Amino acid sequence: MDDTADLKKTPLTALNIELGGKMVGFAGYEMPVQFPEGVMKEHLHTRAKAGLFDVSHMGQVILRPKSGKVEDAALALERLVPVDVLGLKPGRQRYGLFTDAQGGILDDLMFANRGDHLFVVVNAGCKEQDVALMRAGLSDVCEVIELTDRALVALQGPAAESALAALAPEVASMAFMDVREVQILGAPCIVSRSGYSGEDGYEVSVPEGKAVEFVRTLLSNPDVHPIGLGARDSLRLEAGLCLYGNDIDTGTTPVAAALEWAVQKVRRTGGARAGGFPGADVILAEFERGASRRRVGIAPEGRAPIRGGAELFLDETSDAPVGRITSGGFGPTLNAPVAMGYVATSIAQPGTRLFAELRGKRLPVTVATLPFITPGYKR
Amino acid sequence: MLKFTEDHEWLNIADGIATVGITTHAVEQLGDLVFVDLPETGASLGKGDAAATVESVKAASDVYCPLEGEIVEINDAIRNDPSIVNAEPQGAGWFFRLKLANPADAEGLMDEAAYLALVG
Repeated sequence: MDDTADLKKTPLTALNIELGGKMVGFAGYEMPVQFPEGVMKEHLHTRAKAGLFDVSHMGQVILRPKSGKVEDAALALERLVPVDVLGLKPGRQRYGLFTDAQGGILDDLMFANRGDHLFVVVNAGCKEQDVALMRAGLSDVCEVIELTDRALVALQGPAAESALAALAPEVASMAFMDVREVQILGAPCIVSRSGYSGEDGYEVSVPEGKAVEFVRTLLSNPDVHPIGLGARDSLRLEAGLCLYGNDIDTGTTPVAAALEWAVQKVRRTGGARAGGFPGADVILAEFERGASRRRVGIAPEGRAPIRGGAELFLDETSDAPVGRITSGGFGPTLNAPVAMGYVATSIAQPGTRLFAELRGKRLPVTVATLPFITPGYKR
Repeated sequence: MLKFTEDHEWLNIADGIATVGITTHAVEQLGDLVFVDLPETGASLGKGDAAATVESVKAASDVYCPLEGEIVEINDAIRNDPSIVNAEPQGAGWFFRLKLANPADAEGLMDEAAYLALVG
């Protein structure tokens, strides 16, 4: 385990090790890639009951408006994201994207209206850059406060509600993307009904001093198993959710990434607050004309998983690739390989047959509708 | 005669034919296997050639041909159900049978005690 010596720890690292987590470096943190149950069973357990994930490596940031009016923070954040922040009601959360001047995606994020401030969660690998971006872009209007003394725990799966409601009954009445402050084990926690597995569930921001007790209490429920990053990846892939750095990055735009739904009409051409975010000219033009390529699901026809980086071809012999897999692996719920990637927009229709090159062989794949599973979100 | 390689393959050799698989240690490292690609029967492979591929949920790994020889039989059962390899890596989860070009080459491989010392 010497290779983990320079890695940062979360408030739950010691507990993850105690639980038998196989620890690896991820985004500079020492994180469990799997527990003794193994990726396959962890994945299936999450879909059947409930999985508990330490996601404390992610960045938690408060945007506190100097004026005291959350609308001012919302309008300021709209300078950085092509998303309707102002229209988000108190107690609600929304998905967003930081874009760059070329229309590329700097990171994806979740943000919540907490009444008098915004609460933002960003990816671990991007958080320094994101915090710097927000400090540079928002400090005239907001205090940008990175919370470094809180753990973040995701509880996902159909039994998540009963498991968390046993500690805090009020969470049962929350709907998908609701956010509330909830007292859990006597500690003030920020609970959102969300996650990144395609299942119903919650993400809970908990003071670091309470994190171990909180997780141990949840794990004392036999429905709740600890889940590592391996299953987190296969779960989100089946759910058609993007992994930043694989499926979206500065080389992909919101339209190419099939994330049009994340750009509400009010920020598009003709909307009341159209544009005004980095790369607006490129992004809004793509809403009119389309992008040259598009993110799609890819279903391999055989049993072989086809992973990120594999190139896609129109047939078994053509030289020029027409697309590329960005994430791929085995989907335990489907009991079949699943993937996503980018293809030329002209061949992005579901059902289109293509070939992926794997170890020198061209294997048939089909463009598929995302997600691969039916999400369990409680709307 | 049971032999092992540093690439975590085992060979059970009798009459110049080696039955080859991956070790219990290898399977523990890989986790749940979801796909196994095997060589063609009749293929002639050199020592160190990629002979098979195993995929876990997480990643793909090559299985190397431990000695020079010809593939004379493959275990189709593990292609249909890779979990057999997880359940019995050094038994029913064998990969292929290799007719050794030079049976004496096997003398250079590790015995079980040496392999177990290697993987600690």
